[in-house]
Amino acid sequence: MVGSKKNTLYAVLVLLPSVFLLAVFVYGFIGNSFYISLTDWGSGAGLQENPVKNFVGLYNYRELFTGFIHERFRQDLVNAIFYSLFLLLGTLTLGLFLAILLDKNPKGEHVFRTTFLFPMALSFIVTGTIWRWVFSPKGGVNVIPTWFGMEKGKFLWLSSRELVWTFNWQNVLQIIAVILFLIFAAVMYNSWKNGKRKQLIRGGVLAALMLVYALVIHRFLPPILPYEETHGFSLATIGVIIAAVWQYSGYTMALYLAGLRGLPVAMYESAKMDGAGDLTYYFKIAIPNMWPITLSAIIILSHISLKLFALIFSMAGADNASTGHPSVLMYLVTFRANNFAVGAAISVILFLMAALFIIPYLIQSYRARR
Amino acid sequence: MKKGRIMLALLIATALVLPMAVWAGGGQEKPEAAAAEGEVMVPQVKTDYGTPSGELEIFSWWAGDEGPALEALIDLYTENNPQVEVINATVTGGSGVNAKAVLKTRMLGGDPPDSFQVHAGQELIGTWVAAERMLDLTPLFEDQGWMDVFPEDLVNLIGTENGIWSVPVNVHRSNVMWYIPENLEEWGIEAPESWDDFLAIADDIEAQGVVPLSLATNWTVNHLWESVALGVLGPDKYDALWEGELDWTSAEAVEVWATLDKILDYVNEDFSSLSWQQATDMVVEGDAAFNVMGDWAAGYMSTTLGLKPNVDYAWVASPGTEGVFMFLADSFGFPKGVKNPAATLAWLKACGSKAGQDTFNPLKGSISARTDTDLSKYNDYSKSAAEDFADNRIVGSLAHGVTANEGFMNDFATVMEMFLKSRNPEQAANAAQAIAIQNGIISK
Repeated sequence: MVGSKKNTLYAVLVLLPSVFLLAVFVYGFIGNSFYISLTDWGSGAGLQENPVKNFVGLYNYRELFTGFIHERFRQDLVNAIFYSLFLLLGTLTLGLFLAILLDKNPKGEHVFRTTFLFPMALSFIVTGTIWRWVFSPKGGVNVIPTWFGMEKGKFLWLSSRELVWTFNWQNVLQIIAVILFLIFAAVMYNSWKNGKRKQLIRGGVLAALMLVYALVIHRFLPPILPYEETHGFSLATIGVIIAAVWQYSGYTMALYLAGLRGLPVAMYESAKMDGAGDLTYYFKIAIPNMWPITLSAIIILSHISLKLFALIFSMAGADNASTGHPSVLMYLVTFRANNFAVGAAISVILFLMAALFIIPYLIQSYRARR
Repeated sequence: MKKGRIMLALLIATALVLPMAVWAGGGQEKPEAAAAEGEVMVPQVKTDYGTPSGELEIFSWWAGDEGPALEALIDLYTENNPQVEVINATVTGGSGVNAKAVLKTRMLGGDPPDSFQVHAGQELIGTWVAAERMLDLTPLFEDQGWMDVFPEDLVNLIGTENGIWSVPVNVHRSNVMWYIPENLEEWGIEAPESWDDFLAIADDIEAQGVVPLSLATNWTVNHLWESVALGVLGPDKYDALWEGELDWTSAEAVEVWATLDKILDYVNEDFSSLSWQQATDMVVEGDAAFNVMGDWAAGYMSTTLGLKPNVDYAWVASPGTEGVFMFLADSFGFPKGVKNPAATLAWLKACGSKAGQDTFNPLKGSISARTDTDLSKYNDYSKSAAEDFADNRIVGSLAHGVTANEGFMNDFATVMEMFLKSRNPEQAANAAQAIAIQNGIISK
């Protein structure tokens, strides 16, 4: 008993410095940022030696989501969602495809493996600079059609201002409710298939709530913006997404290759014996069995998608509003406009977005361990 | 043991969360007892700090092409002040985007450089003067007799009622329209004298397969906007906009956006992807008729492209702005708390002196801010610009930090983006009014 108390004491002592450093430099500063975001520091003369900071509560957050001057923030938020979505889809599918190809053990497989993995070693600045030249509208990719006798490409890539899948910001809550409804409906279907009654009922209630909000309640609420504001998928982000997918497909390929090779050979052989073709094997057997790998890849890549600042800065510059991301906007607002409180608010929102990705995973793994 | 583990976990959790609650106070704010209006005690620079010696740190973003000009000025300074060692601390990055961020970090950290390059006007005043970190240079101006040498309009725009805040080293002109005279003859057109004239001949130009006005990325659109604003409003109303006396939602101000809307129909479609040099190239190569750009384009065309002013390329004041000189100036100021005030004072004297400016500007391609400049050292374009500077009415540029503070400039970029997407003049005017109020230009 005495020995184990001593051990605990030693453990605490060894941990203490790290805890202290974490407490001050990570959580302390996060808390400070949060506090600054609740003031109005920077809307006047922000750079004084003893700046005047008045407490304004959640005013900055309200302004970011419903104030007219922050239209760019809202489009950046929509961009961030599409960046994450397409980065995940692109890297997962391309990585899986490459892994399946390499799993067949073609000649020179290790050469291919290394080549595909190389881009991950580059820094975002290098990738951004290279792909910026590739996507330059006057040269670059637009010249390729001329090799086949066609007209030079006209798409402006990173300078494009086009928006597709547009929606009105006044309807954003409605759209969120519809998306949540679809998610809960999927959960319902899942629990119905697996016979979990309690989950089915919970899912059903939530789905019904979302539907009621979208169809009925939303019409009676005052609009969150007094005029229409169009947002959508900015086509200029396609260039950035392609560069990011190029950089991280090797990573998912490596994960999936390890996963495929880790599946027992017996599984493959018994599938073959039962007459399953390759496609069936991969889609119905291998992939579902690699779900943990997919999950961890999703977590890591969603965090990387929040760190696209360097890629966007070097590809499109900080001033290009079409390829914007909240992190780029935060830099502009804080260091150009000296508006520290709004910059802090944007960074807190980014922090919450990152938390959104990790917390469900933590909850699920905690439950699994119980 | 489970209890022990729980206690440990709680201890760690508290240790992590407590600093958030304690730290988050910041401990820096002062409850504001309102500063007495009009009784501001502005610290002023002294006219003598003794003989300069020691180290002098000059912070700027003049690297690359502009480096030699700064070097020449530093050499002149070192000749006159041999005991001082000058540290040339530049941070590269066009128009100072990186340098300004580094500067803010240093100033906030209490380590100001001895003198730093800054755009004269509200970019300095709104950021550093309002933060009470600069010394008033009026005693220096009076001591050196600069009040008679710098044009009055200029001094008014780079100072406030509380003092003069920086010494302009150079002056660039923003409202210039460039063209190739040969090409204009070929197409049978003349340089327009107003935006209405431009719109009248634009269709003709387009019919001949030429882009009437070439334009480049983001900030060049703001640059075009300010020329259009000056052309449509005239200098008095333009000044009134920045003094908060003309509403941005007034009919004339909306007219500016409406005119810009019509002009944008005649620019090259891929403008967002071009750099300003590429837009100038379009004019040189005959793909475009006109380009509105500051007079660094003259430097580009003369030095890089090897063209001769008035022979191979020519210029007029941008339409509607004849007789008005829209300036921007790089300048140096005197931050509070510098380590070497004597050397800094000597530096400012060198910057504002005739010898200093006539050494620096021919190499940089800009003109001296003084009216007694030695014109023989400058090329043809600069001579013509200097003459204009001495006679014309002077107004300040928005896109280059003279007339509005950094907060407004940043928000204005957003408003311009909105306008480029929606092309709605009223919406842009309303947005501009709101950001003008928010950034203190219009006090409501």
